[in-house]
Amino acid sequence: MGMTLAEKILARASGRATVTPDQVVVARVDLALSHENADLVRKSFKEIGVARVWDPDKIVIILDHRVPAESEKTATTHKAIREFVREQGIRNFYDVGRGGICHQVLAENGHVQPGMVVVGTDSHTTTHGAFGAFAAGIGATEMAGVWTEGELWFKTPATMRIEVDGEFAEWVSAKDLILYIIGQLGADGADYRAVEFDGPAIRRLSVASRMVLANLSMEMGAKVAFTPVEEIAPDPGAHYERVIRIDATREVAEPQIACPHAVDNVKPLSALGNVPVEQAVLGSCTNGRLEDFEIAARILAGCRVHQRTRLIVIPASQRIYLEAMRLGYIQTMVEAGAMVNPPGCGPCVGVHQGILAAGEACVSSTNRNFLGRMGSKDSRVYLASPAVVAASAVAGRIAHPAEVTA
Amino acid sequence: MSEQAMKLRGRVVVVLPDNVDTDVIYPGRYLNITDREKTAEHLFELAYPDLRAALQPGDIILGGKNFGCGSSREQATAAVKFSGVGAVVAKSFARIFYRNSINLGLPVVTAQAVEARAGDELEIDLLAGRIANLTTGAVFDAAPLDPRAVELLEAGGLIPYLKRKHSYSGS
Ligand code: SF4
Repeated sequence: MGMTLAEKILARASGRATVTPDQVVVARVDLALSHENADLVRKSFKEIGVARVWDPDKIVIILDHRVPAESEKTATTHKAIREFVREQGIRNFYDVGRGGICHQVLAENGHVQPGMVVVGTDSHTTTHGAFGAFAAGIGATEMAGVWTEGELWFKTPATMRIEVDGEFAEWVSAKDLILYIIGQLGADGADYRAVEFDGPAIRRLSVASRMVLANLSMEMGAKVAFTPVEEIAPDPGAHYERVIRIDATREVAEPQIACPHAVDNVKPLSALGNVPVEQAVLGSCTNGRLEDFEIAARILAGCRVHQRTRLIVIPASQRIYLEAMRLGYIQTMVEAGAMVNPPGCGPCVGVHQGILAAGEACVSSTNRNFLGRMGSKDSRVYLASPAVVAASAVAGRIAHPAEVTA
Repeated sequence: MSEQAMKLRGRVVVVLPDNVDTDVIYPGRYLNITDREKTAEHLFELAYPDLRAALQPGDIILGGKNFGCGSSREQATAAVKFSGVGAVVAKSFARIFYRNSINLGLPVVTAQAVEARAGDELEIDLLAGRIANLTTGAVFDAAPLDPRAVELLEAGGLIPYLKRKHSYSGS
């Protein structure tokens, strides 16, 4: 019987001819990613008591959640990680100012190859399915086990296939498509599943946009998600638990917004009414890439950020930062009144660099709008595309890009 | 855990809705706390601030669908476990939270149709997949634990499990 992408990769990594959904296998891990929580992993690893990690060249550690250190406590964590990295001979370590957000840095430095098994102590590790990898998030103690043994058990997931046809309207992007899908399927709509995206509309998307789909699939519970790559494909007779077909032209005709406090609380922008915003955030592992800055700069050119609103821009990596400067996007956005944060997670996880006060609302290109995610439990986060974030910054309320560019 | 301990009893301390996410369980701002015991101080801090004071050792949290969705943060599991919670019973769990729980030795039980209210006394048979509400007398099916999960829970979690394994093999 034919296998899906997830089945194919798990079969190879566990040394079997085939695997089927629900089968538990022990798979060899090709790449193990951690960020600041490498410190938690390190502690668990020390408790286990083995001297050396299984393969220092397969471990990548990237500081991104609190960079540069915002407190003495974090500084101590960073220091402990640096010492551990030296002690274990882990060469793939990206310190403050050398990298950026872990998923972007992993991708842009070519660490991920099609067919790999990638695990990361970050839930959005699913992002790397855009490069044909079986990439799943795991917890810190589990990662300590991977550092010890280089393998991990997986229950083979059933696969859900999402085929997208049609054209994206002007100002509609991959972010709107995936928010729409999450809205339809719900926050647990792909729980424990592998998701394969395909179809003409997907194949026309840039790599950066495909990363958006794989990244946000996590928010409907997916274990792994894939967009098509040349090197590895599902077998023709592969069995899908469910096939969903979407006509982007008709179903995602306008920008989509995930309203507080759930990623599946999705509405088309026109159904939103008047939502003033005190903050607009452009960044994160979801939407902090060059194409996101390009469209935002296009909207912001010659405009001013509304006096009610603060616009915070965070390049996903040093490399993107440089490129965005070279292309003039940073200049345009700063001239419009944006504040640029250093590459990293910034306010996405609610620890620094743009925390919300009670009563404030934020429109954000990030991926979670849970209660208190970006600050006060009485603040609200609306998730949107980079174009909507930029337009809303100008309008001072959640706005369609067509309104401010007309 | 011994065979005996694969049965546990406790009081339902709270009944929570569907999609309780990891930010609700443990806010992101405390992620730089890497001392597992200390995470308990911030359990449910933003969403259910009174719950911590009400918790007694061995209490059971009853959740809805997709419990623990969101972040991979292990502190969410640690905060539940080190607050003394005996088990979490939910209609379904987000996969990373589920695995983190087993790895830290916190029993997590998937059961579709448990009828119970805060204050009810439950008895859970983890191996058989059975939950009895001792207060109402009703009995419910639960998904029996995977043998791998049983092995890890019996060892007290992944760390003691691996510790034992690697000290025997001398590696
Ligand atoms: S940008 Fe946000 S979602 Fe992405 S890794 Fe950082 S904290 Fe997590």
